[in-house]
Amino acid sequence: MFCNLDVEGAMKDPHPLDRRSFLKCALASGAALGITNAAQHAAATTTGEDDSRFVVEAKFYQKLQNRKVKCKLCPRECTVGDKERGYCGVRENRGGTYYTLVHSRVAAAHVDPVEKKPLFHYLPGTNAFSLGTAGCNVNCKFCQNWDISQSRPEQVPAQYAPPQRIAELAKQHSCPTIAFTYSEPVVFSEYLMDAADAGHEAGIRSIVVSNGFIQEDALKTAYGKMDAVKIDLKSFSESYYRQVVTGQLKPVLDTLVNLRKMGKWTEIVYLTVPALNDSDQEFRGLAQWIKANLGEDVPLHFTQFHPEYLLKNLPITPVPTLERAKAIADAEGLHYVYIGNVPGHPAQNTYCPKCRKMLVERVGFTAGQMLIEKNRCPSCQQPIAGIWHA
Amino acid sequence: MAALLDHAVRTLFGHDHSVDAWRNLVHPGETVSLKVNTLGGRGISTNVQLVAAICERLQQASVKPADITIWDRDSVELERAGFHVAIGGDRVQCYGTDRVGYEQELSAYGSVGSLLSKILTQRSNVLINVPVLKDHDGAGVTIALKNMYGVINNPNKYHPNGCNPYVADLNMLPEIRSRMRLTICDATTALYEGGPAYKPEHSWSANTLIVSQDPVALDHTGWQIIERKRAEKGLKTLEAEERAPGYIATAADAEHRLGTNDPKKISLIEV
Repeated sequence: MFCNLDVEGAMKDPHPLDRRSFLKCALASGAALGITNAAQHAAATTTGEDDSRFVVEAKFYQKLQNRKVKCKLCPRECTVGDKERGYCGVRENRGGTYYTLVHSRVAAAHVDPVEKKPLFHYLPGTNAFSLGTAGCNVNCKFCQNWDISQSRPEQVPAQYAPPQRIAELAKQHSCPTIAFTYSEPVVFSEYLMDAADAGHEAGIRSIVVSNGFIQEDALKTAYGKMDAVKIDLKSFSESYYRQVVTGQLKPVLDTLVNLRKMGKWTEIVYLTVPALNDSDQEFRGLAQWIKANLGEDVPLHFTQFHPEYLLKNLPITPVPTLERAKAIADAEGLHYVYIGNVPGHPAQNTYCPKCRKMLVERVGFTAGQMLIEKNRCPSCQQPIAGIWHA
Repeated sequence: MAALLDHAVRTLFGHDHSVDAWRNLVHPGETVSLKVNTLGGRGISTNVQLVAAICERLQQASVKPADITIWDRDSVELERAGFHVAIGGDRVQCYGTDRVGYEQELSAYGSVGSLLSKILTQRSNVLINVPVLKDHDGAGVTIALKNMYGVINNPNKYHPNGCNPYVADLNMLPEIRSRMRLTICDATTALYEGGPAYKPEHSWSANTLIVSQDPVALDHTGWQIIERKRAEKGLKTLEAEERAPGYIATAADAEHRLGTNDPKKISLIEV
């Protein structure tokens, strides 16, 4: 696989990479972006001495007796003994104090179109300086980037990128936004908060791509700093979350409701996996719940599954399945239902929910035409929900 | 320490001379790795003298020094436990997976999908497991089977539900199971409460080695030793604390058959 190392070239590459290859390229691109002179080799890249740069006391935990701690970041609430790590693998108890090991420890960095997140109703046609660290607080059997999300930080090549450096790089590359993405930003919340602050001071916005599996206090504190949020809602069933995701549905639904209350622009992605979460009943239940709890204007993206990681025995999601999902969600009254990971599909475009005029045309990950004016359809003046203009 | 090791190995294999016992276990030209446990630092890690004695016997059984690797997850932890990192040359090798990394392809069984240390896959025709005997706040105990958590990239994913069935599933990976020939549990110092980190107030000098080719039987036996010590100290059983090591029974069940946890089938020879 050819990988462009320069940002301009990578952005112009017309051949989409699979996500795993992309991440490998993304790391190399990070070096090209000048984050640091990190070595690019397969084994760990940091020594014990270097590691201290990335170690910061965690913000969301509780000290217990006998040098144990209870993590209060995600609903898993790991009780962690001395010298042990939480489920995420990036937080460690050292003598009764809990530390994040991934502050400023960037495992992947790239300049991406914001449509790639995907966020379709947020500054279309702009780029986001995108980054992620190692670690994740769930273990999805279909994970497309398991080689960083399911690894410990010392096991993946990483680069030192303190918050101010991220803001500088975003500005340098004309990105109006920093995107926290690739693995699971919940697990690097402290870094996300500091980088978002640095970005805001420099006039750069922040967005996060997350599983939403986070406690309410942490959500309000960390994601309260975000300008927009994309939540991967993996399914609408607790059993799926338990068996395929190693998580829970209820806390994610709570997160979506809380984001709504916080006034954060939110879009939802539903990775549609054949035979596992693709029933009419589940699609309908999902759409009805969104309409009742979040409103009809929340964009919902049904995206195509590709076999990866521990789910290689299933086929790619047939496009008619995605179209069936969209038809059901449309019929339930959601205004903006998209089909993702299917290049060229007309359901990648944004249409006015009232007059059906195409308002944003998307080709691949780029926005072609963008006709929305003052947050309204220029044809019928219907308000179009989203953050359309900087 | 060497005398204790020899006594145990001779008795286990029924040989008059310990080197003969080792010759039955390993063969010239094979690469042999000793997976130690060094999480507990100097306080409670695999005893360096014990490992030195094993290396000496392996060489007497005609294994070349450079074909022997002492290893754990991390080189710094090895050094903190008293081992000297040694890479290259004709000597016995000693380093952590951090120096060579993990395989790129996943190995999977049941609930487990992990990357394996290249030391296991590329430096070990024969795996000798040399764990310690410890209480574990999540798993109940950590002895032989759980020591394999140090072989993979993502052990943090396998601590829910008292590590059950993850420990058993992990030990089913063919790359581990096919190489495992012997477990020598170092219980010279052991921990009955507060593990896996070293807690001097909860450790005791058990002055024991537990040696077996059945890791399940060894874990069951070690668990009972810890329970006896806990009772002596007036502590509740692990079951009463809702952290009995259920993974041991899972490792013995009809799906896994990694050994036996039936006391009637375990021949416990105390020497």
